[in-house]
Amino acid sequence: MLENYLPILIFMAVGLIMGAVVMAIGYLLGPQRPDSEKGSAYECGFEAFEDARMKFDVRYYLVAILFIIFDLEIAFLFPWAVVLGEIGLFALGAMAIFLLILVVGFIYEWKKGALEWE
Amino acid sequence: MNLPGTQDYLAALPEIVVATLACIVLLIDLWSNDRERLLTWLATQFTLLVGIVLIIVQLSTDVTYAFAGTYVKDILSDVLKLFIFIGAGVAFLYMREYLRIHNEMKGEYFTLGLFAVLGMMVLASASHMITLYLGLELLSLSLYALVAMRRDSAQSAEAAMKYFMLGAIASGMLLYGMSMIYGATGSLDLREVADAVAQARSDDLILIFGLVFIVAGIAFKLGAVPFHMWAPDVYQGAPTAVTLFLATVPKLAAFAMLMRLLVDGLGPLHDQWQGMLIILAVLSMAIGNLVAIAQENIRRMLAYSTISHVGFLLLGVLSGTDQGYAAALFYTVVYMIMGLGAFGVLVMLGRAGFEADRLSDIKGLNQRSPWLAGVMLVMMFSMAGVPPFLGFWAKFAVLQEVVAVGLVWLAVAAVVFSIIGAFYYLRIVKLIYFDEAEEQAPIRGSSPMRVMVSSNGLVVLLFGLFPAPLLGICIAVFTRIELVIG
Amino acid sequence: MQAMLLTIVLAPLVGAIIAGLFARQVGRAGAHWATIIGVAISAALSLVVFKQQVFDGAPVWNESVYTWMVIGGFTFEIGFLVDRLTAMMMVVVTSVSLMVHIYTIGYMRDEAHNWPKNSRAGRHAYQRFFAYISLFTFSMLMLVMANNFLQLFFGWEAVGLVSYLLIGFWLNRDTAVYANLKAFLVNRVGDFGFLLGIGMILFYFNTLDYASVFAAAERIDGLSIALFPGFEWSVITVICILLFIGAMGKSAQVPLHVWLPDSMEGPTPISALIHAATMVTAGIFMVARMSPLFEFSTAALSFILVIGAITALFMGFLGLVQNDIKRVVAYSTLSQLGYMTVALGVSAYAAGVFHLMTHAFFKALLFLAAGSVIIAMHHEQDMRKMGGLKKYLPITYWTSLIGTLALIGAPFFSGFFSKDAIIMAVGESTLSAAGFAYIAVLLGVFVTALYSFRLFFLVFHGKERMDEQTRSHLHESPAVVTVPLILLAIPSVLIGLPLVGSMAFGDFFAGAITVLPHNDVLGRLAQEYTGVIGMVIHGLVTPPVWLAAAGVVTAWYLYLHRPELPERIRQRFAGLHAFMVNKYGFDDFNEKVFAGGSRRLGDLLWRHGDVRVIDGWLVNGTANTVGRLAQLARRLQSGYLYHYAFAMVLGLLLMLILFTTGRG
Repeated sequence: MLENYLPILIFMAVGLIMGAVVMAIGYLLGPQRPDSEKGSAYECGFEAFEDARMKFDVRYYLVAILFIIFDLEIAFLFPWAVVLGEIGLFALGAMAIFLLILVVGFIYEWKKGALEWE
Repeated sequence: MNLPGTQDYLAALPEIVVATLACIVLLIDLWSNDRERLLTWLATQFTLLVGIVLIIVQLSTDVTYAFAGTYVKDILSDVLKLFIFIGAGVAFLYMREYLRIHNEMKGEYFTLGLFAVLGMMVLASASHMITLYLGLELLSLSLYALVAMRRDSAQSAEAAMKYFMLGAIASGMLLYGMSMIYGATGSLDLREVADAVAQARSDDLILIFGLVFIVAGIAFKLGAVPFHMWAPDVYQGAPTAVTLFLATVPKLAAFAMLMRLLVDGLGPLHDQWQGMLIILAVLSMAIGNLVAIAQENIRRMLAYSTISHVGFLLLGVLSGTDQGYAAALFYTVVYMIMGLGAFGVLVMLGRAGFEADRLSDIKGLNQRSPWLAGVMLVMMFSMAGVPPFLGFWAKFAVLQEVVAVGLVWLAVAAVVFSIIGAFYYLRIVKLIYFDEAEEQAPIRGSSPMRVMVSSNGLVVLLFGLFPAPLLGICIAVFTRIELVIG
Repeated sequence: MQAMLLTIVLAPLVGAIIAGLFARQVGRAGAHWATIIGVAISAALSLVVFKQQVFDGAPVWNESVYTWMVIGGFTFEIGFLVDRLTAMMMVVVTSVSLMVHIYTIGYMRDEAHNWPKNSRAGRHAYQRFFAYISLFTFSMLMLVMANNFLQLFFGWEAVGLVSYLLIGFWLNRDTAVYANLKAFLVNRVGDFGFLLGIGMILFYFNTLDYASVFAAAERIDGLSIALFPGFEWSVITVICILLFIGAMGKSAQVPLHVWLPDSMEGPTPISALIHAATMVTAGIFMVARMSPLFEFSTAALSFILVIGAITALFMGFLGLVQNDIKRVVAYSTLSQLGYMTVALGVSAYAAGVFHLMTHAFFKALLFLAAGSVIIAMHHEQDMRKMGGLKKYLPITYWTSLIGTLALIGAPFFSGFFSKDAIIMAVGESTLSAAGFAYIAVLLGVFVTALYSFRLFFLVFHGKERMDEQTRSHLHESPAVVTVPLILLAIPSVLIGLPLVGSMAFGDFFAGAITVLPHNDVLGRLAQEYTGVIGMVIHGLVTPPVWLAAAGVVTAWYLYLHRPELPERIRQRFAGLHAFMVNKYGFDDFNEKVFAGGSRRLGDLLWRHGDVRVIDGWLVNGTANTVGRLAQLARRLQSGYLYHYAFAMVLGLLLMLILFTTGRG
C-alpha cells in the first residue's frame, strides 16, 4: 500500500539532496570574511531602524485568537451546508447545538470585555 | 446513514448533561456579582452530583456502544466516572477554600474544572481514537488554562507555558502514533483496530512505530519518566488549588487512556508495550523517588512522588492480566485519595499571599495543630506504603500481580525504590513531629474544609484497615468486563 | 444471628471508643456508663446465644462475615464459630467482665491521688481504664468467637496488648513499667511459637479456617518433617507443640509463667478479669478448641501433661511463702492453670474447660475480695499487716470464704466437681507421664488448701496487726464493690452442681471438642458416673478431699493456733525458703542468661555489626549514595523548556530504537 508513495519519497529525497548540495557548494567554495556590516540585518539599502523581532500589542493576539474560533466555525459550516440536504433535520439540530455552544463562548468573551480594545 | 437513536443519547447522557450544565454554570458565573462565587460553586457541585446520580441510575455491567461505535459505556467507564466525580467534588471543595484564603476567587476555576471533568468523562468512554483525542484535548486545554489562571505571576505563566508547549508536543506524538495505527490497520475504531492488530504480523514495523508514539503520548499525560519534566515545574508554579486538582483526578483519565488505547485497542500487542511500560515504570520509580529526596519544596516533592506512584501504577497495567488492571485501577484511586489529602493539608497551611510549600513551613506542625499533623502523618505513611494504611494495600496489590506474571525482579526493584522513597515521606513526618515550629500563625479553616480533610484522612485509615470494599469494586470492574467481552 | 453476634463483639468496642477517644467530653460517669452498657448488652446477648446453643439445640453457627483480603489464593476472613464451647466462653467472659466493670467504679473511685500532681498521665486515667477493660472484652470475644486462626491470632495479640497496657496502668511507677515490659517480652516468646504454629498450619493445610483444618487433620497425621538433619518429627506434633508454646505464654505455664506474678502491679480489677478469669485461660481454650489436632499427637499431649503437672504443684508451693495478698492469689492462679493444662494433657478437654469456667468465677471472686480488702486497708497489700478483718468486712469475709472453699475443692462447691474430675481423669489416663502427674495434682490439692487458708486466716482472723490509723478507718466497701462479690459468689458455689454431669462427663461439648476413643478418659469415667451425690460420696472416700481438709487443718494449726511456728520453720529451712522466695531462681536465671546474654550479644552486634557494617557502610553509605544520585538527577531538571522537550524526544527515540530495530 505504501508503494504508491515511493515516487513522493524519491521526490522529497531528491529535493533535499539538491538543496543541501547547492548550499554546501556555496559554503565550500565561497570566501568567508564576515564583518559587522555584512552580519547585520539587510533593510533595503539603508541602516536598520530597529530589531527585526518587533513587539505586537497583546490585544492583537487576543482578537486574533478569538477570530480563529469563528473562522474555524465557518470552515466547519461549508461541508455541512454541502450535505445538509442528505442528512436533513438531524444535521440542522447538530449544527444548532454546535452554534449554541459557540454562542455561549461568545457571550462569555463579550461579557468579560475581551472584545473591547481599550 | 444510521442516525443516532435514543439509546445512543441515553448511553452518553451523563456527558450531555454535564456539558449542558457546565455551560449553564459558565453563564451563571457571568451574571453573578457575588465575590465569594458561592452560587457558581454550588452549581458546580450540583453538576457533579447530577452526574453521580445519572451514572448510578444507569450502572450496569452491560457494554453499550453508541454513536456508531465511537463511544462505549461499560462498567469501567461508569466506575471511572464515579471516582472522577467524587475526586473532583473534593478537589473543588479544597479549591474554594484555597481561593478564599488567597482572595483570588474566580468562577473560572470551577467552570474550567467542570470542562476538564467533561474531558475526562469522554476519555473514559472513548472507543474511537478521535473521541479519545477529543476528550484528551478538552481536558488538557482546561488544565493549561487553569495553570495560567494567576496571570500576573511569572511563575504561573512560565509553568503554563511549559505545560502547554510540552503538552502540544505530546499531543502531536499521540496523534502521529494514531495515524500510524490507522495506516497499519485502516481504522480508528478501537474494536476494529484490535481485530486488525490481532491478525497482523506481530513484528509489523508501522504498528510498533505507532505504538511507541502512543505510549509516549500517554506517558506524558501520566507524567512518567522521561515524559515527566513538566510535572515538577507545573506543580510548583500553579496555584496549589490547581495543582491539587491537576495532580489527582486526571490520573484517572490517564488510566482510562491506558486501558482504552493499549488494552482495548492494542491489546494484542501486549508483548511489545509491556516492554515499554517496564522501562517507563522503572525509570519513573527511580527518578521520582531519587529526585524527591533532593527537593526543598513540598509541592515539587509531591510532583516527584506522583511520578514514582505513576511507576507503580504502570506495574499493574503492564502485567497484562485482569487482576493487574484491577490493581492498577485500585492504585490510581488510592493515589487520588492520598494526593487530595496531602494537598488539602497544604491548602490549610497557606494564608493570603503565602503558599506554605517549603519544607520549613511544616516544621513543628504538631505543635500548631495536632489534628492537621495527624492527617498529614496518615497521608505520608500511606504514600510510603506503611501498613495498615491504604497506600500499603495499593502497593501490595500491584506488586502481587507483577509477581504473578513472573516479573519478580521488577517487584524487587519496585520495593527497593519505595524504600528509598520512604525516606522523604518520613522526613516530612519528622519535620512535623520532632522539629520546632518556625511559623507560629494559627491554622484556621472553614468547618467544611476541616470536616473534609479529616474524612480524607479517616478514609485512608479505615479503608486501610478494611481494604476489601474498594479493592472489590476494582476487581469487579475487570472480571465483569471480561465476562461481557469474552 | 449475624447481627446479634456482631453486636456482642462490637458493643464493648463502641463503649471503649466512647470512653477512650471522647474521655474529655463524656467525663467519668459517661465513661463508665458507656462501657458498662456496652458490656451489659454483650452479656445479655451472650446469655441468649448460650440458651440457643445449649437448651434450644440451635445448630452450630460457622460463617464468615467479612473478607478481609485475598492474597495469593489464600482468603483471610473475619468470621464467627459459635458452638457450645464458644457460647460458654462468651458467657464467662462477658459476665465476669460486667462484674469487673461495676466493681471498678468503686475501686477506682479515688484513683486521682495515685498520680503525681498535674501529671499528664493521670489526666482522664479513669476513662482510660474503662476504655481498656472494654477493649479487652472486645478482644477476648474476638478470640473465643473466631472461626479461623488469623482472627484467633488477632484476638490473642489484642488481649496481650491490653494486658500490657493495664499492667502498666500506673505508668509512673517503675515496678509497673518493669512488670508490663516483662509480661510483654515473655508473651513474645510464646507468641513466636504460636505464630510459627499458625504458619505451619497455613503451609500444610493451605487454609486458616478451623473447620477445613480440622477436617484435614487426619490427612496430615503421619507426615513428618526434619527440623534438624536426621531427626524426623511428626508434623502434627511440631504444630501442636508450637501452638502450645503460645498457650504456655498466655496461660503462664512453666517456664513462661514468670510474668504473671509481676502482673499484679496492675489494678486489682484487672488482675481479676485478665490475669485470673479470662485472658490467662485463652491458652486452655485454644488447646481445647484445637483438640481435633492435639488428639493426633500423643507426644504433644505428654508434653502438655508434664508442663501442666509441674506448674500445678510447684507454683502452688510458691504461694506458701508470699506475703502480698494479691501475689498469693496469683500463684494460686498459676497452679490452677496447671490443673487445667494437666486436664488437656490427658485429653480431658471437657474437664479442663469446666475447671476454666468454675475457676473464672471463684478466682475473680477471690481477686475482687482481695481488692476489697486492699481498698479497706488503704492500698496496703502486705498480709502481715492485716488480721482480724472479719468483723470490719463481713460481706467480703463471707464471699472470700466461699471463694476459698471453692478453690480448695470442698464438696458441693463448684471447684470440687471440676478439680475432682481432672484428678480422676489423670488417674484414669494411660499416658506414661500420668503417674507423675497424678502425684503432682494430689499433692497440689494439699498445697492449695494450705496456702488458701493461710491467706484467709492471716487476713480475716487472728490478731489485728495493722496500725491504729488504718484500723480507725476500716469499714466495709461500697455497694458497687460488694454487689459484684455477691453476684460472683453465687456461681462459685452453685455452678458446678447442675453442669458437672453434662459438661465434664456428658456430651455437652460434643462436636466442639474431639477426643479419640483410646484417649477418652472422661468417657470411661462417665460410665461410672452416678450423679452429683454419687460423685460427692465417691469424693469422700478418695484422697483429694481429705488432703484438702488436711491442708486446712495444717493452715489453722500453723497460722491461728501456733502463729509463732511458721517463723521457726522459716528459720530452720532458710535456704529452701530463700530459694522459694526467689521463685526457684527463674527470674535470676532469665535476668542473667537471657537478658544479660542477649544484652552482651546485642552489644557485640551493635559495636561490630551495626555501627561498622550496617550504619557505616549500608545505611549511611547507601543514604549518601542515594543523596548524591538525587543531586545528580536533580540537575536534569534544568528549567529550560528545550531541555524538557529534548528529553521527551530522546526518550521517544530510544524507545523507537529499542523496539523497532531487529524486527522489521
